[in-house]
Amino acid sequence: MLTETISTSQGGGVPRGLDRGTAEHGGRHPRRPRLPAFSAAAALWRLKSYLRPYVIHLIVIWLAALLGTGAAIVIPLIGKEVVDGPVARHDLAALIPLGLLALALGVAEAFLLFLRRWTQTVSVLGLETAIRDDMYRHLQRLPLRFHDEWQSGQLLSRTTTDLSTIRRFFGFGLLSLVTSVLQVVVVTAVLLGTYWPLGLLVTVSIVPIIWLSLRFERRHLVASRRVQDQQGDLATLVEESAIGIRTIKAFGRRAHVYAGYDEMARKVHGSSMAKVRLSARFSMLLEMIPNLTLALVLLLGASAVGTGVLTLGTLVALTTLALQLVWPVASLGYLLAMVQEAMTSADRVMEVLDTPPSIVSGTTVLERPRGHLRFEGVEVRFPGAAEPVLRDLWLDVRPGETVAVVGATGSGKTTLTALAPRLRDVTGGRVTIDGQDVRDLTLPSLRAVVATAFEDATLFSMSVRENVTLGHPGAGEEEVRAALEAAQATFAYDLPWGLDTRIGEQGMSLSGGQRQRLALARAMLGGPKILVLDDTLSALDVDTEALVEQALRRVLAGTTGIVVAHRASTVLLADKVALLRDGTITHVGTHRELLAEVPEYRELLSMDIDDLDRVPR
Amino acid sequence: MTEAKAWRGVAAEYRDAPAEKVSSLLRARSRRLLADLLRPHRRGIATLVAVIIVSNGAGLVIPYLVKAGIDSGIPPILRHEGTGTLLSVVGAIIAAVLVQAYTRQAFLRLSGRIGQDILLDLRRRVFGHFQRLSLSFHQDYTSGRVISRLTSDVEAISELLQAGLDGIVNAVLTVFGTAVLLLILDVRLGLVALVPLPFLWLLTRWFRRESTLAYRRTRETVALMIVHFVESMTGIRAVQAFRRQERNQEIFAGLNADYRDANARSFQLVAIFMPGIKLIGNVTIAVVLLYGGLLATRDLVTVGVLAAFLLYLRRFYEPMQEISQFYNTLQSAGAALEKLSGVLDEVPDVAEPAQPITPAAARGRLRFDAVEFSYAEGVPVLPRLDLTIPAGQTVALVGASGAGKTTLAKLIARFHDPCAGRVLLDGVDLRDLGEDALRRAVVMVTQENFLFGGTVADNIRFGRPGAPMEQVVAAATAVGAHAFISALPDGYDTRVGQRGGRMSAGRRQLLAFARAFLADPAVLILDEATSSLDVPGERLVQRALRTILADRTTVIIAHRLSTVEIAERVLVVQDGRLVEDGTPEELIAQAGRFAGLHRAWLDSLA
Repeated sequence: MLTETISTSQGGGVPRGLDRGTAEHGGRHPRRPRLPAFSAAAALWRLKSYLRPYVIHLIVIWLAALLGTGAAIVIPLIGKEVVDGPVARHDLAALIPLGLLALALGVAEAFLLFLRRWTQTVSVLGLETAIRDDMYRHLQRLPLRFHDEWQSGQLLSRTTTDLSTIRRFFGFGLLSLVTSVLQVVVVTAVLLGTYWPLGLLVTVSIVPIIWLSLRFERRHLVASRRVQDQQGDLATLVEESAIGIRTIKAFGRRAHVYAGYDEMARKVHGSSMAKVRLSARFSMLLEMIPNLTLALVLLLGASAVGTGVLTLGTLVALTTLALQLVWPVASLGYLLAMVQEAMTSADRVMEVLDTPPSIVSGTTVLERPRGHLRFEGVEVRFPGAAEPVLRDLWLDVRPGETVAVVGATGSGKTTLTALAPRLRDVTGGRVTIDGQDVRDLTLPSLRAVVATAFEDATLFSMSVRENVTLGHPGAGEEEVRAALEAAQATFAYDLPWGLDTRIGEQGMSLSGGQRQRLALARAMLGGPKILVLDDTLSALDVDTEALVEQALRRVLAGTTGIVVAHRASTVLLADKVALLRDGTITHVGTHRELLAEVPEYRELLSMDIDDLDRVPR
Repeated sequence: MTEAKAWRGVAAEYRDAPAEKVSSLLRARSRRLLADLLRPHRRGIATLVAVIIVSNGAGLVIPYLVKAGIDSGIPPILRHEGTGTLLSVVGAIIAAVLVQAYTRQAFLRLSGRIGQDILLDLRRRVFGHFQRLSLSFHQDYTSGRVISRLTSDVEAISELLQAGLDGIVNAVLTVFGTAVLLLILDVRLGLVALVPLPFLWLLTRWFRRESTLAYRRTRETVALMIVHFVESMTGIRAVQAFRRQERNQEIFAGLNADYRDANARSFQLVAIFMPGIKLIGNVTIAVVLLYGGLLATRDLVTVGVLAAFLLYLRRFYEPMQEISQFYNTLQSAGAALEKLSGVLDEVPDVAEPAQPITPAAARGRLRFDAVEFSYAEGVPVLPRLDLTIPAGQTVALVGASGAGKTTLAKLIARFHDPCAGRVLLDGVDLRDLGEDALRRAVVMVTQENFLFGGTVADNIRFGRPGAPMEQVVAAATAVGAHAFISALPDGYDTRVGQRGGRMSAGRRQLLAFARAFLADPAVLILDEATSSLDVPGERLVQRALRTILADRTTVIIAHRLSTVEIAERVLVVQDGRLVEDGTPEELIAQAGRFAGLHRAWLDSLA
């Protein structure tokens, strides 16, 4: 019984480091307050729609489970008949049919078990897979605002660990709970009906087992959480020591770091030992009580046989049946804990699925866009923030024109770049393209007009081709080549497997400049009318910067562009500069104009060493 | 990896890819590690064996006593000779139960303790070893893999120790003990009951083979799915901006379906294995009932023996089911042990000296004596380098990326050892210095400016653990970080976000400088990374630099030339050679490579 759960939990195959305990440890929990029990149960109930395609499967599973339980109860009763009938009367002829019946029932029980498990495989895995597909689809639609709040580790644990828990509940927990209760009730009834003192004895012995297992589950949960939390802390230390290895080496702080790790590892050791002791005590009691009951059953039963109240066969059958009860009873606490866990998981899953995608597609499709981008009195306020990030922002970028946006850290530059492709929505004012509010446009058509290259060139662990054709899965070889050439990224053809080379985290590592140029090529593909670039030059050395700059110059020649710039060299790519300060644009003009007229601009862009008050050496 | 998908592209496989041979769960080095880990627990394990034999013996004796109760306890009662025999049998059962319960608890605690001790030992070894291994190792072996070695792999072994072993040891002992007892109880019936054993063995062997494959497939498919999921979520900006959702959904649905199929396969295996065991068990019970009944009708066996057989056979088949879990656990633990032993076998290529020299306070004079260095054979990075840097000098290294600047710096910090020649600090070969002495004398501030979890003060104090608060504040003040730290919500006690996430790049750099300042080394190496800063940030850092440089030998790797003006000496590196050497003013006047770079830089400032 318990073994079954272990197998299903491992079948999930979720890497342990990513389990809820570690993945969410230390992270923020952006959870809304909910009524725990009721809504959690409701969440689980709502998942039932995913079971609809498997109604026939479910009927088979439940029938098989119930019949199987019945067979398991009947088999010992046949033993009774054998002992009391043929054996007692030395009647060989009567033995054969009973034996064959036992055989038939035994085969049937095994077959029913097979039928149940095999059918379950299809339905519960189908359920899990369908929910996961839906979660992924939904998560892709949720806006940046949502993803800012949620670490990907948290989302991952919901789509893996939590779904496995739900799958286990539907596949095993619910079924076992019902059959266990049924088995306990029926067997107790049989015992009580056959010889009530024995039945009573067994019933009484069940009570402490249930009590103990409920108590154990509660304490075990607490102990496990503690171990999990501490393992999470330990994992954080490991992560730090792995990522910060250069710093540790540079300062020769190996011993210091090791001491910290050692202390935490000892804590894990200590609380794991507490858990071991708890389990040891519980399983001792769990084995002791049924065996002691067996001794008493024998004492009482044998005396009853001696006084002729009970037949020998009944005694044999009752001892077997009494033993059969041990697991269903002992697993009750575990199964109830599982229900609780499944409800929590369902709640966590529904929390994701219930988040409405706040950025929804409009209906208009831009025919023949010219790329006239306007920000009209734009305001962006993050939920819960006192001050808006952007306010009363006006900017007009005419078709073909390039505007550089310059501003201090935290002035709202990156937020500004997210508005045109509607990665975020404005909370006031509007953004228009060729006079159309971007919110009226269909998302695909809008995002075909506006292409973006981010400060960090996000590359996925896929082939170069897949990375470049991100938004255009159907792009032809010629188009890809043209984009790579425009972005000065033809180095991709010289990689070991050409455009089929896997890059990204799990593939070949590229230099910063190479990554930036691929990101540019990606933005160029499909000939967008508007290009939004978040300073892509920042992490490059001088030589590479020149290459990328050249690429940019070509790319920006034919499109409307917004370039977030940190340095003078980037600003020079633009036709005019907008100075962003405290969330609004205060000055617009050419680089020279602003340099001459606006002290704050000079402060931001002029690196003249003479401005610094020299420290005497 | 299984069938390649076009979108994933092609890549060289990891060097810790799972071993191809499925059957060899433990290779030699894993066995060595295992023996090593177990050695300190020899006595504990011996005790464990004794305890578990007693425990199982006590458990096995119970059905036998039930038989005795039925066969010898009841007749006296029927003959009205009293319940003495029955009572003594029941007493014996209770005694056996208590012995079993007590030894069982002892076993669980003892095996738990040994397991946890081994885990702690393993954690310490692997962590310590990772810390000892040189940077060149860490360069190849990404941090992600270090993390999974120390988390999921260690936990795979912990799983085996916690759940797996207990089950399998019990199963094996129960099977053997029961078999023996059945034969003792009644040879004929015993032999009949044991007839299915070969079938059991065949079924288990089939299951082990298949589930090993299925399990691996599950791990592979889930890993692919997770990578895709995490990348989609962390890169959601790009996904949405480039209308990637459709294609992503296609890919994800494919991976999800692969994972489902892999899972389905392992579930189906269990769906065959478990009922299979049940079938064999039930058929055996029916046959025993039939044959036993036959014998009993002829009074060849007693009813007690029959009852004992029925009880034993239940106990016989139940633990078999546990075997189905055990292989998965064993499989992943075996793979984990393989990887961990692989790590522990790596030899640090920057070795500690056998007899370290501990010099008096370092002054900071550096000398490269005919140094040659290459990462890969035949591709020299530094062909042959002679260079002397007097104590207290500030030197800027200038050159294109790949010219060898960083390598030169790393040799001074002894992140690598030269292939030929020597690097000397105050006349002592770096290889003769103990680690402590070396790190006190030479500190390298890298581009990463890694911030550890904890407070701002903790992070500065990393330069000198145990430094009093005044010194921490003094260091921060010296580099110009005091102002912004004081403005933080909790000042020096503000917790930095994970990986310093809540600090801007400029501030992180200032904290790294404060850390270095507090460490107060004689030689400071700065892999200057002002390129990721905006102009005001860069200005802050420049100002801080001047304070830090005073009174110590400093080597700055200059990516941008703004730093060069504070250097007393500029070395232009090209293809691993020093092509220009002089003060900035001299070099600009010479109209060489540096002068060209300098002009380009002035232009870029516009």
